[in-house]
Amino acid sequence: MLLKRLSEAFGPSGSEGEVRDILVKELANVVPSWQRDALGNLIALKPGARGPKVMLAAHMDECGLMISSIDKSGLLRFRKVGGLDDRVLVSKHVVVGSKRVAGVIGAKAIHLQKPEERNQVIPLSGLYIDIGAKSKEEAEKLVKLGDYAVFATEFGHLSDTVVKGKSFDDRAGCAVLAEVLSEDYAFTLYGAFTVQEEIGLRGAGVAAYALEPDMAIVLEGTTCNDLPGSEEHGYCTSLGGGPAITVMDASVVCDRRMIAELERLARENDIPVQFKRSITGGSDAGRINQTKAGIPVVVVSVPCRYIHSPVSMLSLKDFEATIKLVKLFLRSIEGGFLL
Amino acid sequence: MSNRDGGRSDAQEGGGILDTKEFLKRMVEATGVSGYEDSVGNIIREVLGTAADEVTGDTLGNVIALKRGEGENRPKVMLASHMDEIGLMVTKIEEKGFLRFTSIGGVDQRTLVAQEVRVHGRRDLIGIIGMKPPHLLTPEEGNAAIKMQDMVIDLGLTEPEVKEAIAVGDLVTINRNFISLSGDFAAAKAMDDRAAVAAMHYCLLELKRMRHTADVYAVATVQEEVGARGALVSSYHIMPDIGIAIDVCHGEMPGVPEQDTAPLGKGPNLALGANIHPKLFERLSELAREHNIPFTLDPVPGPTGTDAWVMQVTRSGIPTALVSLPLRYMHTSVETLSIGDIKLVGRLLALFVASVDREFVEGLLCY
Repeated sequence: MLLKRLSEAFGPSGSEGEVRDILVKELANVVPSWQRDALGNLIALKPGARGPKVMLAAHMDECGLMISSIDKSGLLRFRKVGGLDDRVLVSKHVVVGSKRVAGVIGAKAIHLQKPEERNQVIPLSGLYIDIGAKSKEEAEKLVKLGDYAVFATEFGHLSDTVVKGKSFDDRAGCAVLAEVLSEDYAFTLYGAFTVQEEIGLRGAGVAAYALEPDMAIVLEGTTCNDLPGSEEHGYCTSLGGGPAITVMDASVVCDRRMIAELERLARENDIPVQFKRSITGGSDAGRINQTKAGIPVVVVSVPCRYIHSPVSMLSLKDFEATIKLVKLFLRSIEGGFLL
Repeated sequence: MSNRDGGRSDAQEGGGILDTKEFLKRMVEATGVSGYEDSVGNIIREVLGTAADEVTGDTLGNVIALKRGEGENRPKVMLASHMDEIGLMVTKIEEKGFLRFTSIGGVDQRTLVAQEVRVHGRRDLIGIIGMKPPHLLTPEEGNAAIKMQDMVIDLGLTEPEVKEAIAVGDLVTINRNFISLSGDFAAAKAMDDRAAVAAMHYCLLELKRMRHTADVYAVATVQEEVGARGALVSSYHIMPDIGIAIDVCHGEMPGVPEQDTAPLGKGPNLALGANIHPKLFERLSELAREHNIPFTLDPVPGPTGTDAWVMQVTRSGIPTALVSLPLRYMHTSVETLSIGDIKLVGRLLALFVASVDREFVEGLLCY
């Protein structure tokens, strides 16, 4: 399953190579040519004879860690890559570098803590990765400063329709995009697998500038917080509620006409959809939208619980419905939908 | 370097006998929360059985492997390593199938966040202890540790599906595979105290090649994490002349005073203090020195918080000692230690057992 391979791939922002390689290999038969750029964006070019130029975008990068120093004892200090909550780091298994050196992030034993400590967040300065090296010299044989680390999380099924894995934000979007690219369309389609979203939406703007599309659809794995203790209006999205359409987020106001068309298509084809009920957090859509003289965009997302943590969860029903909805939208463009 | 002696793996690890690391991996990947040790107990029973003369059990679930010594009027040495682990227990099935839970043993709530778990219901299910994504957090929320009472386990199933498989009272463990780190270090859950069970196993294998007059009872005890109850009843039942608990101690790490820890990979840590019979300590340290087994010391003025504490006051009193394995990140799911240390502990225990005779045992009463 492509989603499994993408989820388990090593690809923190700035080091997306492994994801890129998986996609190029996977799509070799359906993508006639690729365009790459200075940042590492990977763009599938599917030229068409007529109609608008449409850009689809999903980011390949994930949140992770970067090794910032090596203690005399052989323990590795690190910095965060992207928006990780310090609290998710404790007591986890990680892999360091592309050779995947195994490490763990431990914590002081509960026996040695003062009672009040148990209610305090362990600061980043108190955390490190233990790879089992007994000295700095020993650690340096396995790890270099600047090496990235990601969580060592295996993809798996919780049920027939619900799966868990790391980095569904945005490997779910990458998998949707890959699936959409397997079909041919009459218009020119750019499938942009972008870099560096998690550290400031860096890749998508550059790609949009080079491609200059007439419209763009950003494919995401987005926040889903339909949990006990949250008010319904704070869910953002609900698992199993279908693809989530963004009206606006911190980076963009999506194109009303594109939203209306997605809604119509969903209604007429009995695809459940939901609107993302939170405007916090940005997306690649913001950068694309404000590129050159402006590009209309919309964001369609697969709801994912526990994003930006070692393990996230999504519904394959939502995932499949997202693919279906995006394909319908592209067929609608083929049929004459224009802005 | 420190593994030179204990790392000897010649004859004893060939021929169908499970390697220390392999045995440890099997144990830590099995389940055995305090009071529910059957599953890991069965593995231990099977493996210790290959190294002992007989294996029995008791009412509470202790696994007792006996390797007999030579001759008559044999002294009894009891080794105790607890096989139970800390864990969680389901307390409520919420609407939409989310599970509320409480802890069994000393669980740091901060180590539970964003963790994958195994819920042991009618069948084992994988779940996630999730949290709100950073995008939705208020700054105040992000600055406080999440309380266990506010956490839920998400199985990704509907409420009826959950209710069909899970009931209140079901146990939960962290879903963690054994992790081989560089060198001979490894990390996993439940290294506390199954690494010590592996040390007992190593000891029994060593004793196969040694002569000893003492009977050795290697006991994998239950319910240590909730009050050393397995050691209490098994030492009553065995009534040993000498009791040695093998447990873990805090390994050196940043942020913890050096005096509270012992280095990893530098051999056994020997406790000293009221819980430790002076002559047992003396014998253990002498043997270590004589056989070039490195060791460190841990002066403990009061309770040791181990099986040794209850063994000592069983019946009319038992001379006890405590040998520990340095371990980092105790009571997390990434407890880290050196496999070499396990072997060194096993070797030292074997040398100790081989050194025990009736005279030594009688001398223990002469203060």
